[in-house]
Amino acid sequence: MTVTTPSLHLDQDASTAAMTGLRCLASDVVVITGRNLRRLVRVPTLLAFATVQPVLFVLLWTYAFGGAVSPPGVEHYVDYLLPGIFVLAIAFGASQTGVAIADDLATGMIDRFRALPMSRSAVLAGRTLADAVRNLFVLLLMTGVGAAIGFRFHAGVPEAAAAIGLALLVGVAFSWINALLGLLVRDAESAGLAGLLPVIVLVFTSSTFVPVATMPDWLQAFANVNPVTATVDALRALTLGGPTSEPVWPALAWITALLAITVPAAVLRYRRTTAR
Amino acid sequence: MPAADEWAILAEGLVKRFGAVQALAGVDLRVPTGTVLGLLGPNGAGKTTAVRILATLLRPDAGTVRVTGLDAVRHPAAVRRVIGLSGQFAAIDAYLTGRENLTMVGRLSGLGRGGARRRAGELLEVFELTAAADRLAGGYSGGMRRRLDVAASLVSSPPVLFLDEPTTGLDPRGRAGLWQIVNGLTAQGCTVLLTTQYLEEADQLADAIVVMDSGRVIAAGTADQLKARVGGDRLELRATPDSDPAALVAVVADLGSGPPTVDGDSGTVLLPVADGPHVLAQALARVAAAELHLTNVALRRPSLDDVFLALTEADTDHAEAVESR
Repeated sequence: MTVTTPSLHLDQDASTAAMTGLRCLASDVVVITGRNLRRLVRVPTLLAFATVQPVLFVLLWTYAFGGAVSPPGVEHYVDYLLPGIFVLAIAFGASQTGVAIADDLATGMIDRFRALPMSRSAVLAGRTLADAVRNLFVLLLMTGVGAAIGFRFHAGVPEAAAAIGLALLVGVAFSWINALLGLLVRDAESAGLAGLLPVIVLVFTSSTFVPVATMPDWLQAFANVNPVTATVDALRALTLGGPTSEPVWPALAWITALLAITVPAAVLRYRRTTAR
Repeated sequence: MPAADEWAILAEGLVKRFGAVQALAGVDLRVPTGTVLGLLGPNGAGKTTAVRILATLLRPDAGTVRVTGLDAVRHPAAVRRVIGLSGQFAAIDAYLTGRENLTMVGRLSGLGRGGARRRAGELLEVFELTAAADRLAGGYSGGMRRRLDVAASLVSSPPVLFLDEPTTGLDPRGRAGLWQIVNGLTAQGCTVLLTTQYLEEADQLADAIVVMDSGRVIAAGTADQLKARVGGDRLELRATPDSDPAALVAVVADLGSGPPTVDGDSGTVLLPVADGPHVLAQALARVAAAELHLTNVALRRPSLDDVFLALTEADTDHAEAVESR
């Protein structure tokens, strides 16, 4: 190493002091989002999971179930299926957030961030925002693949845009749930499993693949209050057409409720946590 | 003793418990501005816990912490503006390049886009990482990762720097380079608290040393003061292999400040002495008069290793004595 010493500017703290409040938060979130998007593009396996898995979901379920299931009111099963697959793919993808946060905790990255004069919620918010960017890409990709095998937006452009928007919001809720799990579970592999298990249960006991009416009564009771059913039904209303407000409000209520719990809980947990 | 506001770091009565483990049991630390404090201790002594409390990552169960006069418990955000932290692991993003890692830290420290980029370039040069600056940090060697990590802690030019075992994983050249950098920083008025297990490092760098064990401070002072606590110099006399060390002991015993000991294997006579050079001359004169022959003579100051082992052993004995009561 050279004899040079890094210069210190002990009197120069004006730039830091000038950045306050929301501007600081916004700037920090942008930086952290950029970090996570770079990682997404640079880790080959992450990129593969982010793209190949959703496409496989669309193709596998359409062709495996398409012959057997014909829900009322739709001509092609893919029209019924795709809104469900949106939620499934996003929920699966979100488990990566728990893994990444647990990893940041173990490697001391979170210690580093927490010792910086940065916004307390930016690390988690930036992570979930990066997830939203990834999800937008995944949604467009699945829509493209779906369109190639017969999927259409039947309700018009504003509803189609609203469907994508709602799917992104669902994704934000899943990301925060997994961020909280990552901080609580701490171990990356366990965090991944902790994120996937409830998703698998909730997706298969919802209207994702088959209409709730085809399920046994006891399961219908659960499926009808399942948040995944609420969001998938809302997405379907926005893609298939028909009345939208009735199914969309419960979905928004679920998302709001989940965020109202997980965001403060995760930020609080983040503020207290250190590597071991 | 400096007035309260001249301490860069002032911690009093720090207590921290994790479940059944008492990590800190009342620790006081005082570091004057522009000096280096070496925090020394075995694994599990509580060094890292102390650093994490000082760096606002943990809240103490009891005690007060002031960093440049700012209360770290009540105003952690203000303290984060004046500190840099390099933790025990090299906390760098493996999927960002070295330059991107430093630029990210700069922007999160509020340097702005241009300022962060300039500072990153500056630090990459100082830490000799310019050639690898645009490679992913995941491919760096252990030493390069460590250097990048320490560089990241300096991005915001913090007046107070915490380095938790900063030279772990560095080769001798990297270690010497880091020591130079730390010395240069204090010359500019930076205050450094570093934990280390390398006694040589504390000896080289630290203006003052605090020895911790089992969550308590067991000794504090300059390296010389600590060495003096273990006793003064030691005179070592080795007789020829065929002679009896007892004869040598008889000749020099009354010159020491304590009873002489004989190292069984080598037959070396060890004599604690108060006035080393004077006693050395006397001892050699007596040995010559008694017509004894020596193969080696040495006057040794206790090393920090001797101090460390003596202090931690004494502490263990004390703890065991307390337990057996």
